Amino acid sequence: MQTLAFTFPAAAPPRGRALAGVVASGDLEVLLEPASDARITIEVTTSVEGMERTWAALFARLFAEPTRPAVHLQINDFGATPGVVGLRIAQAFDAVAQED
Amino acid sequence: MDAQRLLARNSFTELNARARARALLDPGSFRELIDPFERLSSPWLPRQGIVTQADDGLVVARGLLDGAPAVVLAIEGAFQGGSMGEVSAAKIAGSLELAAEDNARGIPTRAAIVFETGGVRLQEANLGLAGIAEIQAAMVDLRRYQPVVGIVAGPVGCYGGMSIAAGLCSYLLVTREARLGLNGPAVIEQEAGVGEFDSRDRATIWGLTGGEQRYRSGLADRYVEDDAADLRQALLDCMREGRPGRCRSERTEAFLASLAKIDGTRPATPADVATAYGKELRA
Amino acid sequence: MNMSSQRGTVWWQALTGGADALAGYAPSLRVADAALGNEHARYIAIVPDPHNPFPRARNGETGLIEGWSLARAVREAVEADREREIRRPIVAVVDTPSQAYGRNEEAYGIHQALAAAADAYATARLHGHPVIALLVGKAMSGAFLAHGYQANRLIALDDAQVMVHAMGRDAAARITLRSVDELDALAADIPPMAYDIHSYAALGLLWKLLPVAKPGEPGADAIASVTGALREAVADIRNDASRGLESRLRGPLRAASAEVRTRLRAQWR
Repeated sequence: MQTLAFTFPAAAPPRGRALAGVVASGDLEVLLEPASDARITIEVTTSVEGMERTWAALFARLFAEPTRPAVHLQINDFGATPGVVGLRIAQAFDAVAQED
Repeated sequence: MDAQRLLARNSFTELNARARARALLDPGSFRELIDPFERLSSPWLPRQGIVTQADDGLVVARGLLDGAPAVVLAIEGAFQGGSMGEVSAAKIAGSLELAAEDNARGIPTRAAIVFETGGVRLQEANLGLAGIAEIQAAMVDLRRYQPVVGIVAGPVGCYGGMSIAAGLCSYLLVTREARLGLNGPAVIEQEAGVGEFDSRDRATIWGLTGGEQRYRSGLADRYVEDDAADLRQALLDCMREGRPGRCRSERTEAFLASLAKIDGTRPATPADVATAYGKELRA
Repeated sequence: MNMSSQRGTVWWQALTGGADALAGYAPSLRVADAALGNEHARYIAIVPDPHNPFPRARNGETGLIEGWSLARAVREAVEADREREIRRPIVAVVDTPSQAYGRNEEAYGIHQALAAAADAYATARLHGHPVIALLVGKAMSGAFLAHGYQANRLIALDDAQVMVHAMGRDAAARITLRSVDELDALAADIPPMAYDIHSYAALGLLWKLLPVAKPGEPGADAIASVTGALREAVADIRNDASRGLESRLRGPLRAASAEVRTRLRAQWR
């Protein structure tokens, strides 16, 4: 098990919060909550160690432009592929976008 | 089932625990207690290097059933096999205790439990076991006032100490995807050898412990299509029926009489069990 | 084949003072009403029966017949005392190596049999019977849930052969994909995973951990000491307004169990 942290610039925060996924084999849980400063902070707890660069690359691609709302993302990962991670994060952002 | 109905079906087994609880309660009445954002997760798993789930795999949903106050406890089978840790077990036990307290004060809170569990979470062993004892204590208490309805939908099934809890329900609903038993096939094979029970023999396992067989032999009360609306309807029907005269776990003499006629040395077939329990226990 | 433990039989005999077992029960069950202080208590033990009609339950395991028979033994006392103001104590003498693992057990619904036993003990407790579990040997998993875990108070002999767990060591190792050594190493740090009774006591679930001389062959002092503890437990239960299991929630290692209940209560309405 390993814990990783990341920060990216972001736009205004959303109003709501959202949850996507479960901590099951090959899946992950994403908890999305509005953040007060203009940043996206991400805390990843993962069962697979030594994948920092893969996570960093994935997030850099997703959050390179500061267009996403400012949120804190907690990710509890149980060996999901980058594709599944991207899908769950998208589901969480979509859920708060619908609320706004 | 005709094609139209098949297309209209909303599979219950494919829903996660939260969606299951929502589907069972009256529309719009779902309110979650100790939701995932409270992060009351297992204190024991991270100490063993295991990633936790924020809700410990257990959804506590207050709401209404038929307009009456209710609580639905739904186990998330995808997280750690739906196993009962300290927190998840306490969420069920604590909720049932409050429901019983409501009833003692004249508030008719009823409860449903969605079992999707392998039993005790071995990483929290003795606290999981203690928690299951507390769930069972609260079920027997609450059952004096209101029906406690259990649902085993699948795909995980219901095993270990929680199968004993399922045996305490006022009514037990099963689907074709359900399995119900104390010891999982792999554990029996380990403890008693492959000659006793071959854990790869799926046909035998389903034939003896599947939902249809449990219903056929009177160890479950209703056999329901894997459809969210059908399960909700069956749950409401049970609640309307009220407390049964005697729960299955109270029918001591009938079960002992049936067991006395069984040859315990001969491997039972599904038909043997249905015959042994069928008539007397359905009366 | 495992050696059957005789401890359940030995302690049941010691506590009932050589009383005859009540007739009408399976040979794997010992049931008697015998003196406890100035009243009678019902003592119940599951004992090995080499001729058990279900072969997987011949070494003292809790199986189909045992589960339903426990239920009968407890319910009979509840029925008999229904009109009495003072309900008799019920003592579960616990030496249960495991539940019965077998195809026929699953086929005929051993889960339902153990539910019947748990139900009966819980019902007795709710009816005001002081229910005490006396752990003299192993108290394992489903067998303990059926026979003992619904008691108002748990008393354990302080002895290396007394242990509580959810699954035998070897099976637990295989199911969790760890070696037995790894499991033992984890258990040293994680009290709920340990097998020994001191770690179990640390969880706050026991009412009393009782040292006695020669727990396998109890003498007069050991028996007097256990009888004394049982009487104290009966008095403690009768002085307690609660008929539930709240007394088990106070241990420091059960902080999460207590926290869950505090938050549920705060959010309930």
